[in-house]
Amino acid sequence: MNSQLRRAISAALLGSLALGALVGCGEDSQSGADSKTVTLVTHDSFAASKAVLKEFTKETGYKVRVQAGGDAGAAVNQAILSKGHPQGDVFFGVDNTLLSRALDNDLFTPFTAKGLDKVPAALQLDRAEHRVTPVDFGDICVNYDRKYFADKKLTPPRTLEDLTKPAYKNLLVTENAATSSPGLGFLLATAAKYGDDGWKGYWKKLRANGVEVVDGWEQAYYDRFSGSAGGGKGDRPLVVSYASSPPAEVADAKTKPAEAPTGVATGTCFRQVEFAGLLNGADNTKGGKALLDFLLSKRFQEDVPLNMYVNPAREDAKLPELFTRYGTRIADSATLAPQKIAKNRESWVKTWSSLVL
Amino acid sequence: MAVPLAFFAVFFAYPVAAIVTRGLRVGGRWRFGRIAEVVTDPATLDVLWFTCWQAVASTALTLAVALPGAYVFARFDFPGKGLLRAVVTVPFVLPTVVAGSAFLALLGRGGLLDELWGMRLDTSVWAILLAHVFFNYAVVVRSVGGLWAQLDPRQEEAARVLGASRLSAWRRVTLPALAPAVAAAALMVFLFTFTSFGVIQILGGPRYATLEVAIYRETAQLLDLPTAAVLTLVQFAAVAAVLALHAWTVRRRESALRIVDPGRTARRPSGPAQWALLWGVLAVVALLIVTPLAVLVERSLNGPDGYGFTYYEALKSAADSGGTFFVAPMEAIGNSLRYAAVATVFALAVGGLAAAALTRKAGRLVRGFDALLMLPLGTSAVTVGFGFLIALDEPPLDLRASWVLVPLAQALVGVPFVVRTMLPVLRAVDHRLREAAAVLGASPWRVWREVDLPLVGRAVAVAAGFAFAVSLGEFGATVFIARPDQPTLPVAIARFLGRAGQLSYGQAMALSTILMLVCAGSLLALERIRTDRSGEF
Repeated sequence: MNSQLRRAISAALLGSLALGALVGCGEDSQSGADSKTVTLVTHDSFAASKAVLKEFTKETGYKVRVQAGGDAGAAVNQAILSKGHPQGDVFFGVDNTLLSRALDNDLFTPFTAKGLDKVPAALQLDRAEHRVTPVDFGDICVNYDRKYFADKKLTPPRTLEDLTKPAYKNLLVTENAATSSPGLGFLLATAAKYGDDGWKGYWKKLRANGVEVVDGWEQAYYDRFSGSAGGGKGDRPLVVSYASSPPAEVADAKTKPAEAPTGVATGTCFRQVEFAGLLNGADNTKGGKALLDFLLSKRFQEDVPLNMYVNPAREDAKLPELFTRYGTRIADSATLAPQKIAKNRESWVKTWSSLVL
Repeated sequence: MAVPLAFFAVFFAYPVAAIVTRGLRVGGRWRFGRIAEVVTDPATLDVLWFTCWQAVASTALTLAVALPGAYVFARFDFPGKGLLRAVVTVPFVLPTVVAGSAFLALLGRGGLLDELWGMRLDTSVWAILLAHVFFNYAVVVRSVGGLWAQLDPRQEEAARVLGASRLSAWRRVTLPALAPAVAAAALMVFLFTFTSFGVIQILGGPRYATLEVAIYRETAQLLDLPTAAVLTLVQFAAVAAVLALHAWTVRRRESALRIVDPGRTARRPSGPAQWALLWGVLAVVALLIVTPLAVLVERSLNGPDGYGFTYYEALKSAADSGGTFFVAPMEAIGNSLRYAAVATVFALAVGGLAAAALTRKAGRLVRGFDALLMLPLGTSAVTVGFGFLIALDEPPLDLRASWVLVPLAQALVGVPFVVRTMLPVLRAVDHRLREAAAVLGASPWRVWREVDLPLVGRAVAVAAGFAFAVSLGEFGATVFIARPDQPTLPVAIARFLGRAGQLSYGQAMALSTILMLVCAGSLLALERIRTDRSGEF
């Protein structure tokens, strides 16, 4: 191509790049890496009230910049890949199913956040070293469509055992354990209940009883489940979702019903705990520590349920009425040690795939 | 050629090489043994086989369904043509999660087909193939139709005057002229379906996986970088083979053509055969493209108290109520348009330069460069996204938190479209025109401005339309690098869809409808600009 044309277009390209850089700088100087800004790296379902974050700025002088990417699993893996050159100062959103992977990779610097004494010991999974701070917890449970079971005059299932009974044949839809975190949680619930080998037999029974597997939570909940008001056209009255899904179903109703349209099978739950930690190599360590303290403060903790539909880690944080009225407190959720999950996760998922898919 | 080459080296080759190297080099030692292990794993071979045949089948089906459409859009004039052309491009920008669930509503249990004929196509390969046609229809209609509209129909007429039958006139005159554009469109569709991700996950259920899906699982979920790296290389090899095949088959086919103003080639259909063709194409578009889109619109309006704008109003109040999760729809639209505009500028500059260079130079090196430009389409978004993250994190290129990453990643996907749409047209420009102008004393710049630009103006508009649409809808790479305070529409939709509750679902549908309107509106505006300008020539 001729040289004049080339020059003209190169100039245009460089011009547009330079323009981009200029606009970018203009923007970044307000929110960039100066010491008055603290950056929170997280997954894309993180949410907090703007008012609460403003309060943090008022108290400490630090402005919070949120940097999110992908789902929880992808966000953790991103953080591990960018170790040493972290994208920010604090990471929020590593849960107990991925905790060991993060800790083994030395992602975090130990720090004991204020208010940890108000967090139940069962949630403090790194109690010896304090590399991570528990911030919230939720339960992955089978949800049921109240209307379906009332119409059929059938008692909804309560336990994992129930799900294999003929009465509930072809009613359950769950998610792929390889690609979806509720799917994995449900697999872990069965592994916790039936042991390292027993869970396989359980899934064979579940499969014989017509469990359906779809790839993600959105498809399971909105397309296949009959109880969600949003999609609501599915024909499966049982779905693997969260204990907080029923309150979410009524959250926006103008006239609040006596009970949520969906319920929770309390004997099918797996507990998920989410942690935050100070990233190794953070630019703003001081700000990061202040932010961790704030994440455990009562103010932030009481803001958590309505923003992310999980329970605050602090015992003394007050739950909103939506949760106390329509939510279910799960007393006996299944749990597994993070080390055990890390060790078996891959082989279990592989075995599960060959058994169920 | 230097600019596009540098662009690709820095924003594609380097990040991808970085992430692949990270997977294959452990503790300072190369682990090539891993390659053999993964490649010979029967599971990998299964995935590879499925990936290949569904892509071939999808491409064939898309061509079969969309080529008549390309003809109709190129040659016939009918009311609402511009609008319809914009509408068929909408699927292209929709997040697959959203479009997939609309498709399920039609094909799945309790869907339209199920109610009418008791037919269910979900978790079947048919659903995947049809969805691929839905997404890629526009690729064929816009790129093949773009060239078709500019072919002089008088050439075919001349052949018929000389005694050729309608069919043989078409086969000998029009088909050879169209072949490069058809091949280019087929290549694009093939690359898109070969790397299909969301469609496979939603409509295929967990049993089907493409290489792209497998790479995503290994990288984002399992963090098994060695396996992901090998799978990335396998995907590269397959894509490279396809590109080589493409280059080999079309190399000799491109020739100078008489290119005319598209405004003069289209006319009202005449005769029953042409009317039947027009109605047939309209019926296919209505069934395959408009119906799923209509389902989404219906869902966005079907609120708790009957039909209305509840969800749209909720979008506003949700943003006011002040969570970081929520974003005002106007803001998301603004972000999307801004990113897409910048990405389009990048893509046009880089792709335009590349296409110009490719037209003027020949030789093995140039062909290699041609293929290189297509590689981003064959590379998984997660590889690029993670690659950006680990490669562009140190000065002088510390772009970890820069907004410019988003349009850069989007432009990567846009460039191949620009090159592919402009190349057949640029190559079709009769070289003698340029020479004549030069002989008459025009400077090279003026030759380009007065000869090439008017002739390729339409191709530039089509290319810009593609680059813009791709950028508007891009989700895979954007989600990894987008700043949460400035989410694009697809990212905002995904956020709403990830939450339980009727309102969240409705808001996701409402935002999807807004995305459709923004896309259709922008494309109409783009076409308008082109029409105004081509009127001058």
